[in-house]
Amino acid sequence: MGENKSGETTSVVSYLDSTLESADVAEQIVMAAARELGFREDEQYRIGMAVRESVVNAVVHGNCYSRYKKVQLTVSKYPDRLLVVVADEGKGFDPKSLPDPLAQENLLNQSGRGIFLIRAFVDELEIRRREPAGTEFRLVKYLDRKLDSTGMVPREGERQ
Amino acid sequence: MSVRLTTRKVGDVTVVDAAGRLTLGEASSSFRDTIRGLVSKGEKKLLINLGEVSYIDSSGIGELVSAFTTVTNQGGQLKLLNLTKRVQDLLQITKLYTVFEVFDDEAAAIRSFG
Repeated sequence: MGENKSGETTSVVSYLDSTLESADVAEQIVMAAARELGFREDEQYRIGMAVRESVVNAVVHGNCYSRYKKVQLTVSKYPDRLLVVVADEGKGFDPKSLPDPLAQENLLNQSGRGIFLIRAFVDELEIRRREPAGTEFRLVKYLDRKLDSTGMVPREGERQ
Repeated sequence: MSVRLTTRKVGDVTVVDAAGRLTLGEASSSFRDTIRGLVSKGEKKLLINLGEVSYIDSSGIGELVSAFTTVTNQGGQLKLLNLTKRVQDLLQITKLYTVFEVFDDEAAAIRSFG
């Protein structure tokens, strides 16, 4: 795990095993970061769920549970948002090829709702291919708090 | 943390009381095995009490859907009881509220099976 600070931005990178337990670990890391940034409890839950689904996707479909592949989790805290990047070392996929889980003919499918839920629970989701291999999910959740006149988030005790 | 499942009979309805987190892994497998076990014993009226389920992920939702189709395909009925706000929200955004019959009163749910 490495950490660097630049101004108001803090990024923490973790390398997680390709196991389902990593989804729990990632969820806890991200929920703690969201809590520190001042997200409300229900927002912490949504961010945590989105990251859990992203890591499960990376472990199951990306790295196929390989003990030789890691899931990279990068959590970056900005004054107005939380950015989480989840990257695997898999073969990649075309997100446009995924069936719509809300279509009547797909409603009773057992699977296929993970990415849909991620999109529902964060403000932005970008799915990119990585070179030479892998896929990364970039999740952004904005604080709904207003910034003060200096463009900064009011500190604890100064919030309205 | 995983899911705890206990079953009880109320008349001819089998109530499955679930508690904990219904997520991918042991929890979803345990839930699937419980439902299949009940169906294999000929239980056709299942009421899943989710009142103590604090968390469900997409896999858990998938298990609920799979349980619904398994029971329905056997000519039975599967209904849901006591959804938390978070689970309600999940069923709303996935449009599954249109699939499941949902109750917040156990007696009314039991009566609905007829």
